[in-house]
Amino acid sequence: MQQTRAVEFGTGLFVFLGIVALFFLTTRVTNFDSYEGEEGYTLTARFDNVGSLKLRAPVAMSGVKIGRVTSVVFDDEMLEAVVEMRIDSSYDKIPNDSDASILTQGILGGQYIGLEPGGSMDFFKDQDEIQFTQSALVLEKLISKYLFSQADKPEE
Amino acid sequence: MTRILRDVWYSLQEWLQTFGACQLFLIRILAGCPAAFLRPRLIIKQVHDSGVLSLAIIGISGFFVGMVLSLQAYNSLTRFGATESIGVLAALALTRELGPVVTALLFAGRAGTALASEIGLMRATDQLSGMEMMAVDPVRRVVVPRFIGGVIAMPLLAAIFSAMGLFGAWLEGVVLLNVDEGAFWQQMQDQVDVFDDVLAGILKSFAFGVAASLLAVFEGYNSIPTAEGVSRATTRTVVLTALSVLVLNFMLTAVLIGEV
Repeated sequence: MQQTRAVEFGTGLFVFLGIVALFFLTTRVTNFDSYEGEEGYTLTARFDNVGSLKLRAPVAMSGVKIGRVTSVVFDDEMLEAVVEMRIDSSYDKIPNDSDASILTQGILGGQYIGLEPGGSMDFFKDQDEIQFTQSALVLEKLISKYLFSQADKPEE
Repeated sequence: MTRILRDVWYSLQEWLQTFGACQLFLIRILAGCPAAFLRPRLIIKQVHDSGVLSLAIIGISGFFVGMVLSLQAYNSLTRFGATESIGVLAALALTRELGPVVTALLFAGRAGTALASEIGLMRATDQLSGMEMMAVDPVRRVVVPRFIGGVIAMPLLAAIFSAMGLFGAWLEGVVLLNVDEGAFWQQMQDQVDVFDDVLAGILKSFAFGVAASLLAVFEGYNSIPTAEGVSRATTRTVVLTALSVLVLNFMLTAVLIGEV
């Protein structure tokens, strides 16, 4: 009898440990919280070029994360990329003339959307569109621009 | 020349036969599964034998695998000044690959061999025939609880392995090598996905659990009833489990990556 109890106790402890490990893996290690998107509102923005912006990339304001990108699609009528983002509902006083640009975290980091506050007294609401946007900087384009500007220079 | 061809043909035939017998055995086990849950005591005993008794080896191995991952990554990433990424690297490597695969290999060595030799000895000492004599189906009474126990234990062991590995990576990276702790966790949370990484890893470990437990009970059940036969069954269990886990790992990874 004593031994059965020890076996049952050990098994219970083992299963409990396993579940704790799973819980740790899902909550502490992953971006699990970004999936519960009930509390928040959605904004859209149109970009000429989104670079390598990925789903669930952060949306930041003054460097603080305030939301996540929820979809990146190409609109084949306007020929632009449409980015939808979910902003945390606690940030509901963002001026509606703020502008969005696609920036890069560090040298090797991923891309994120940075919002710069505007001066309007009205705030963004659910399903609003961000009017002022700035595309991602694509390295090849920058280099070619630079090279062409060098070539166009009149020789002295 | 024809002799070689004939030998190859025969061994191929034998291999296919074993493979088919294994599938049929799996179907027999699955048919016995619902009834086995009516006697949870037997399953608890087996979860204890395959899971709890493997806990020490899994935990310690995971811990040191995490430590060495962190150390190696630190050494390589210092050159790019990206040492904070060791958190992401360790987390992805552990949850996606090392957790399920290394756990399955250790599981085969620790629990698979125990299962195979236990059932093999039962066969050798005519305990299984005795049960048949008493109209007790040995597959239902002996094999099914062991199979279910292994299948339940394996994903939990893999999760514990990954968690211990991350603890090791954290200890080595943050505490010993002074990598910034905030960046370590932040980058990990930004780049590890619940479904694509963690869930895929658990899915894999579940599949490996089925493969490892099935091979162990199959080899034990079909062992030749002699001392040599039992030892051969044990060896074959480890060899076949290692091979099938590694092959299965590649196929599952290809499917999971193709899907997402």
